[in-house]
Amino acid sequence: MIYNFFYNLFGSEIIAGFISAALPLLIFILPFALIAVLLERKVAGHMQDRLGPMRVGYHGILQTIADIIKLLQKEDIIARENDKLLFNIAPILVFAGSYAAFAAIPFTSAYIGANIDLGIFYIIAVTGLVVAGILMAGWASNNKYSLLGAMRSAAQIVSYEIPTILVVLTLVMFTGTTNLMTLSENQTALFWNWNIFGGPELSLAKFLLIPFMIIAFLIIYISTLAEVNRTPFDIPEAESELVSGYHTEYSGMKFAMFFLAEYANMFAVSAIVSALFFGGYHSPFGYLGNTLDIQWLIPVEQFFWFTFKGVFFVFVQMWLRWTLPRLRVDQLMTASWKYLIPIAFVNLLIVGIITLI
Amino acid sequence: MNIYDLIFYLFAALTLISAFFVVTNKNIVHSAFYLLFTFFGVAGIYVLLGADFVAIVQLIVYVGGILILLLFGVMLTNKITNVEIKTGTINIFSATIGVGLFAGVLLAAVLYAPWKVTLLQEPVSTTGILGNLLMNEYVLVFELLGIILLIALIGAASIARR
Repeated sequence: MIYNFFYNLFGSEIIAGFISAALPLLIFILPFALIAVLLERKVAGHMQDRLGPMRVGYHGILQTIADIIKLLQKEDIIARENDKLLFNIAPILVFAGSYAAFAAIPFTSAYIGANIDLGIFYIIAVTGLVVAGILMAGWASNNKYSLLGAMRSAAQIVSYEIPTILVVLTLVMFTGTTNLMTLSENQTALFWNWNIFGGPELSLAKFLLIPFMIIAFLIIYISTLAEVNRTPFDIPEAESELVSGYHTEYSGMKFAMFFLAEYANMFAVSAIVSALFFGGYHSPFGYLGNTLDIQWLIPVEQFFWFTFKGVFFVFVQMWLRWTLPRLRVDQLMTASWKYLIPIAFVNLLIVGIITLI
Repeated sequence: MNIYDLIFYLFAALTLISAFFVVTNKNIVHSAFYLLFTFFGVAGIYVLLGADFVAIVQLIVYVGGILILLLFGVMLTNKITNVEIKTGTINIFSATIGVGLFAGVLLAAVLYAPWKVTLLQEPVSTTGILGNLLMNEYVLVFELLGIILLIALIGAASIARR
């Protein structure tokens, strides 16, 4: 455990906990955002039959670094009529909300920022900070497009939180734990022990559960897609209607913080979905470290599989973004309240009944 | 003073200062946003007391639900920021008596309550215990609360349909 290492190093559980919870920022979120921004542009390019960025470095691989240098030296513009205090706090709040979620995500069996029992509920709770930050940004910008974007975004996140929580509840009821670490540990060994294939226990219930688990996965994937404001649910920042929504007025590093928060969120929801349904950090085919009898290799492999699953779901999000058109506001609300929530409720009941027999 | 005390005072100061600003601020949107920090500070104090489930429910219900609704209400109300909000003092005499009495009651409660003192210990997860209590001992209260919430929901929907 990395926490134990820090505990031995500093001799204080508070400092050790603090450092181990803060670790994902530098070693994970920043490099991930660097790669994901480039990946997004490359994926977009190739899906539209063009090449994407090509000028900086080999096939444009240094493009994001060039962009970051550009953003760093940009002037930080605050319009005269902006609410200066809230305008400056908002990006920090949004980023803090999405960054705090990483503390409860298990990266490998050896590393989790904070192994708390209520992991998944904690993640749902801190996402509330993101909504408040978005509303703050929209209001403080004193711009009607920003305010409209913030309103749409908050309404959308609040609506789609309900199907997400219902699916999480289904899984909590099925597995009997809210700790993401235990949840991942339970789905050990080969891939048919994953929750999407009915969990590790071999019985009749396992086979009955598979279709309902797939429905649950589809619901949580759609609603988390809406929660991170990605197309087809990107009306909060619809370029053709609202310039760019709640971060229209932001420039330089503050804009970069919103951007970083968006990519961090994309990975966080993908990691949660993979921890709930796809075995988290577990390998689908067993470990090379077990075969060769090298213990330290196992966490490395687990980290690889965790990142692989996360990045795969992020890739699907990008794929959907460049394939599907945007929904209208009323279609968006209809999709959540009239379809996803009732289906999620019925699914919750059915999974409960199957678990009992 | 150890590091836990320091963290406690940090959260306590956050709660008190932001609550003070909620009451005294003239801008109603700023007040609503200060409320965010008050709720957050209270959640932190719950965590320090070992009540992990209550802390997270505090965040989900108050920050994720009530505060967002409040902000929606404030922002969608036309020209609410131009309304003159009175934060001055009136009726000093009667106010002093009222506040004095209330402070006396609170102080008496704090001083004479039989506080349960335990040593600092590793917090245990309270979720399972709470669930057992709600489903066994307090099941009637729990169901009644559920019915009340359902009535409120139906009422809100029927008012909105008019």
